[in-house]
Amino acid sequence: MTPAMLLWLALTYAQIALAAAGCLATVRMIIGPRAQDRVLALDGLYITTMLLFVVTGMRLGTPFLFEAALVIAVAGFVATVSLAKFLLRGEVIE
Amino acid sequence: MIQENLLLTLALLPFVAALATTTLSAQAHGAAAWVSGLLLAAGLAILGILHGPIAAGQVLHSTIRWVPSLGLNLTFRIDAFVWLFVTLVLGIAILVLIYARYYLSKNDPVPRFYAFLMLFTGAMMGMLLSGNILMLVVFWELTSILSFLLIGYWHQGQAARDGARMALIVTGLGGLCLLVAMLLLGKIVGSYDLDRVLDSGDLVRNHPLYPAVLTLFLLGCFTKSAQMPFHFWLPGAMAAPTPVSAFLHSATMVKAGVFLLVRFSPVLGQTEMWFFAVTGTGMATLLLGALIALFRHDLKGLLAYSTISHLGLITALAGIGSSGAILAAIFHIVNHAIFKASLFMAAGIIDHETGTRDMRRLSGLMRFMPVTGSLAIVASASMAGVPLLNGFLSKEMFFAEAADWHNGTWLDNSLPWIATLAGVFAVAYSLRFIATVFFGPPPVDLPHQPHEPPAWMRRPVEALVLLCLIVGMLPGLTLGPTLNQAAQAILGPDLPYKNIAIWHGVNLPLIMSLVALAGGVALYALFGTRIAAGPEGPPLMHHFRAQKLFERLILLLTWKWPRSLYQFIGTERLQPQLRLVVLVALTVATVTLWGVLHPAAEALSTPLNPAFAAMWLVGGSCAVGAAWMAKYHRFAALVLLGGAGAVTCLTFAWLSAPDLAVTQLLVEIVTTALLLLGLRWLPKRREEIAEDKLRPARVRRARDLLLALIAGVGLATLAFVMMTYPLVPSVGDWFLRNAYKEGGGTNVVNVILVDFRAFDTFGEITVLAVVAVTVYALLRRFRPDPESLALPEPQDAVAQKSLAETLLVPAVIMRWMFPVLLVLAAYLFFRGHDLPGGGFSAGVTLSIAFLLQYLAHDVRWVEARLTVLPIRWIGIGLLISGLTGVGAFVLGYPFLTAHAQYVELPLVGQVPAATALLFDTGVFALVVGATVLMLIAIAHQSLRMARLRERDAPQPEKEAA
Repeated sequence: MTPAMLLWLALTYAQIALAAAGCLATVRMIIGPRAQDRVLALDGLYITTMLLFVVTGMRLGTPFLFEAALVIAVAGFVATVSLAKFLLRGEVIE
Repeated sequence: MIQENLLLTLALLPFVAALATTTLSAQAHGAAAWVSGLLLAAGLAILGILHGPIAAGQVLHSTIRWVPSLGLNLTFRIDAFVWLFVTLVLGIAILVLIYARYYLSKNDPVPRFYAFLMLFTGAMMGMLLSGNILMLVVFWELTSILSFLLIGYWHQGQAARDGARMALIVTGLGGLCLLVAMLLLGKIVGSYDLDRVLDSGDLVRNHPLYPAVLTLFLLGCFTKSAQMPFHFWLPGAMAAPTPVSAFLHSATMVKAGVFLLVRFSPVLGQTEMWFFAVTGTGMATLLLGALIALFRHDLKGLLAYSTISHLGLITALAGIGSSGAILAAIFHIVNHAIFKASLFMAAGIIDHETGTRDMRRLSGLMRFMPVTGSLAIVASASMAGVPLLNGFLSKEMFFAEAADWHNGTWLDNSLPWIATLAGVFAVAYSLRFIATVFFGPPPVDLPHQPHEPPAWMRRPVEALVLLCLIVGMLPGLTLGPTLNQAAQAILGPDLPYKNIAIWHGVNLPLIMSLVALAGGVALYALFGTRIAAGPEGPPLMHHFRAQKLFERLILLLTWKWPRSLYQFIGTERLQPQLRLVVLVALTVATVTLWGVLHPAAEALSTPLNPAFAAMWLVGGSCAVGAAWMAKYHRFAALVLLGGAGAVTCLTFAWLSAPDLAVTQLLVEIVTTALLLLGLRWLPKRREEIAEDKLRPARVRRARDLLLALIAGVGLATLAFVMMTYPLVPSVGDWFLRNAYKEGGGTNVVNVILVDFRAFDTFGEITVLAVVAVTVYALLRRFRPDPESLALPEPQDAVAQKSLAETLLVPAVIMRWMFPVLLVLAAYLFFRGHDLPGGGFSAGVTLSIAFLLQYLAHDVRWVEARLTVLPIRWIGIGLLISGLTGVGAFVLGYPFLTAHAQYVELPLVGQVPAATALLFDTGVFALVVGATVLMLIAIAHQSLRMARLRERDAPQPEKEAA
């Protein structure tokens, strides 16, 4: 098994595993039952997407997907925070 | 060369005067009149210099290239006819200025009046001097617009507003007809150059489009010159200040129509159609105008209808079109301008000094203002056509044409009779004006005690009346040569010189004049008292007012019909609107693409990737779930929408658009926050809606579902087919090849946005700015539904803990994220030109940074520490982008040409510094401003509601405390 083959296998596995995680998060997002569950699931989906960006970038061998991952990492939580605050306080900005 | 420049200067002078008067203070009556008057006098001097070559039969031109590809040049052209007309306009404009200086009260704003008046003069002169028929229409429309502004000068009064609007609608519509006529003429002749058009008479008359051109052309002229049945706007226009009326009714505006008729009579005239349309309308207007004028009780009303009648006379002469008729038409244009201007000014003096214009109240004014009275008597004698005055001469020439010229039609045979009858009425109304106002017992119960006006207010009238006398007695010495030159300019240089004399012996025209004089005096003597006691209008006809009809028509067209149409086909509900939009899009797409769209023979495809497929499944189910939840569970729908958005961004990245992915991700985040902010103000969900279970609702939903499915599947198919097509060379390749070479950047998307298509981007950011300001403006007046006013439920539930307590740790982290996000924004911004990023994404990132602070703390906390002035960000952004574009102008390149180079910075090293980066800075600032403005506008709603709650219910809070 060449290193390249190994890398390919690992990356493919990682991709599929992440996609599976995304699917599971979506199931939770759709069935709920509580709103809090959905928000958490969305946050999970965001993290999964970020990792998928990184992994895909590695597979395609391009550095250009890094920014997208960076944006989710730095700013992606803002969406979650605002959703959470809405649930907690009923208003996003007071 | 000198003459060309003089001509251009002449055309520009009134506009310079307008500009100068706008800078004056609101009370500077004298200064404004002096400045404008001197500039116009300079115009007269230029005309004096130009007189030599023009009297020799030359036509002077001066051209500035404007839109050569459309055949549109700024060509000014002056011949003897135009020279005479411009002199008339300038002369009367100066007299009107002197008069207005004393007529306007101290409280009337100066700059507006004089600037409008000068602009109007400029537009009128531009119309006269135009050497290009399209340019002529532009100036023509300008006179319509400016007359609207002038008539509505005292816009506090209902009559002024109505009159101005009516004048604008009628003359503006006529102007549109004229534009079409000129476009057709240009097509027929093959040029928009006035000289070429004037030389192509035979070509135009034999063209199959001739009737259409003629109809549209005449509509334009008749509306402007207040010919029946479009005459009604002119009496309405007397709501204008009297100087304006004097100007509009004498030398300008209404004369524009007859100017064009006379000017184009060699091109469009000499046909039976022209004769019947023009002379017929003219004679009808002449007769009816004179008849109605006799029955008006309002001084200015009488004069307005008299103007209509005299315009009818000129129109009839233009319709006859013989050399004598054209000469008479020009002569009467001049004469009418002179005596009508003086009469309007006299009427204005009477109104000014007595406070009323009602002839039934005025009487015996000769005792109080003998000089004005004498002047008015001479002027109205000229209007009536009394011998030894100028009005008599041109009227005599008209009678001569009516009697001597023949083409054998019934209209031609009746011309002398109609002319004489109209002459009778003209004498009667002139007599009525003089007899009731100046003679008889002294007036009783006038608003002011009448007296003579200031001397300078009377000077213009004196000058004009003097002209009436001189021209009337020495026509051959004064105006004779000029008139003949003008007629030659219209009909060709071969025209024989025609001597204008007072005495031709006892002939038919003289007998007609005498009959008219005697008939008029007899008519007034017999019916004078009954007319004064009767209604304001001829018997039977006073029930039938064109003005009222017009008002009713406008009401019908702009209010009743649109409303009933709206009630019939319109709806205020969103669902049917959306349904219609989708249906229309679907129909159009189907019709366009049916039978055209084929799947590619060799479809492009990418190998199946299970992970990607799974994520698409995620995105699809999120989207469907969002739609499913949207009705009852808005919050869940919003969460699902976030999921769908994330997968969309992933897809962008996968399909090699990382730039788009970054931007879209940032937009997703801001959108979620924005929607949540809005969600708070939506009314609460109702648990059960009974009708929802009923059959119609079910049917409706099923239908909508079907529609949505068809549209969705159609769009997906379309996208699929397009994306699987083999790549063809397109403009995209050019962008890819040239992005670095031409734009200095390797991020092609960004280079396209800020360089190749920077103008589009500039437009788009402007729209964004407009949208942001609109949202802000709309939300200022936002009053939420009462049921969503109360504190939201969960907030009550968290045991009244304060925000700082609830979010202590997260708030600290969020505060610390502020600098991190700033760095991210800077990072995205500076690398944008070469790598994914750019001004837009950086702007959104920065607004996320601000948003985060608002999330972590309450509005008051944030705004005590951090002042964001979104409107300034927007303004500065627009300014930077615009100036970058203008900068290219300064260096001699077209708007928004970018320049790219690398500069060496200490420590940092080589940095790309395209001017596009500067443009991008503008985009960045604008995006920050717009996004933050919208966020804050919604966020402040909560603040306001909180304030309201505090104010309305202080007791419960104290109890709670």
